[in-house]
Amino acid sequence: MITAERKPLDEILELVGDKKKVLVAGCDTCVAICLTGGEKEAEILASELRIKAEQEGREVEVEHTAAIRQCEWEYLDMIADKVEQADVVLSMACGIGIQSLAEKFAPRLVMPAVNTNMLGMPQEHAVWLERCVACGECRIGLTGGICPVVRCSKSLMNGPCGGSHDGLCEVTGPEKEEIECAWALIWERLKAQGREELMFTDRPPKDWSKSSSGGPRKMVREEAKPV
Amino acid sequence: MTATEYKAGSNLEKVLSSGKFAVTGECGPPKGADVTVIEEKAKILKGYVDAVNITDNQTAVVRVCSMASGYTAQQNGVEAIMQMTCRDRNRLAMQADILGASTLGLKNILCLTGDHLSFGNHPQARGVHDLDAINLIKMYRDMRDEGKFQCGEEMTVAPPLFIGCAENPFADPFELRALRLKKKIEAGADFIQTQCIFNVPKFKQWMEEVRALGLHKEIKILAGITPLKGVGGARYMQKFVPGIDVPQDIVDRMAVPEKGAPQQAEGKKIAVEMIKEFTEIEGVAGVHIMAIEWEIAVPEIVEAAGLMPRPAVA
Repeated sequence: MITAERKPLDEILELVGDKKKVLVAGCDTCVAICLTGGEKEAEILASELRIKAEQEGREVEVEHTAAIRQCEWEYLDMIADKVEQADVVLSMACGIGIQSLAEKFAPRLVMPAVNTNMLGMPQEHAVWLERCVACGECRIGLTGGICPVVRCSKSLMNGPCGGSHDGLCEVTGPEKEEIECAWALIWERLKAQGREELMFTDRPPKDWSKSSSGGPRKMVREEAKPV
Repeated sequence: MTATEYKAGSNLEKVLSSGKFAVTGECGPPKGADVTVIEEKAKILKGYVDAVNITDNQTAVVRVCSMASGYTAQQNGVEAIMQMTCRDRNRLAMQADILGASTLGLKNILCLTGDHLSFGNHPQARGVHDLDAINLIKMYRDMRDEGKFQCGEEMTVAPPLFIGCAENPFADPFELRALRLKKKIEAGADFIQTQCIFNVPKFKQWMEEVRALGLHKEIKILAGITPLKGVGGARYMQKFVPGIDVPQDIVDRMAVPEKGAPQQAEGKKIAVEMIKEFTEIEGVAGVHIMAIEWEIAVPEIVEAAGLMPRPAVA
């Protein structure tokens, strides 16, 4: 799923500026599941903005709403009335939802209230781990189902670097947490599968043109298009 | 071997091909547009090493680039081994830089992944990692042997290169370490410099695996040495530097009561003993002395290890 984290209140206030009618628009899909931008969180942010305005003696009207999915046109229709009454919309959806909203109601001012951060797997309640960067050329069939592009700090394709120790990466995470060495995990998995030889096959350079390096990507499924 | 049979014809390649025990050193370029630092370091090492590694933004800290510094070293009488990391350049830049280096007369190249950006002074930078070190070795091998760019296009003049890599016998999983060297050989590496060795028994165990795979016959192995300057540094490396294995007996030996010269003397003594031990290990073709910001110690160590004079190869 796509995960996101809410921006600090001060940054959000700066984005709102002196606008009088504010709509906080949540999204009830990914960002709701990661407890960042669903209807509840939209309601909380709206309250925070109201309290802040009151403390500072500013007159601001803050409403909240949520789309079932902000990234789909038809669900945006369902919140159109509220959007059209606002001077600024603070979207709490992922980057896709925010841009869909901005495009649908352009040139209305739409601001991001969250930072979209990863394609993450819910490890346990309230913990997500990055598992994919949508590189466009999945090779995990050769690496025991573990992605070295995203899970190795240096995106190595041919085995562990010299900083792998006791199953851990030499890099420490931003929260000072330990990071598992992806290649140590891959090696253990391949051994368990009896496919050790895959460790020693040459993996040629990746084709990054299939990732964002190739320019904005577009996918068309001709067979699924309406006739 | 006649000159035409050399891959690059560098001094290092010739010394290693002759079967003589090679000695390489290491210089870090300065954090500023100052040519004198490499000039001075080259003067110290001249005649005592067969070639010197010029680091490439080591520990992810910006410095004078390895190409310019390598050129300066060679202008001052010491052959360079230009280090190249995958962290800061994509495949275009790595190919352009090696062609440029070649036009400046640089022949030895060491292909590295590079220390992670989080260790350096620009942790907000975007890490490139377009290729990994093994992809890089193969790309340079194909440029040299096939005269082809990575995309398959032909180039006008192929760069003569002597291609090196690094390996850490002390990293985990240990069982993969010799096999990973094999992968680098298959990609095209001609020589390998190891991470600095303090745990000699473990290094010997790794060499046993290397010999069992016959790898020592396919690649020139230079054993890494870092002379210790004091017990503080030894303890720091033991505790905090991932991938470096400093056994307690080395730390204890360095703990001579007086800091400064007495500890430095012990550090040099340990280095000399290790070098002598390495000359006896089958398959070790030389040593790589990484006297970090202590280049002045290298001549004395090389002399005491009985490795002078350095061979003059035609």
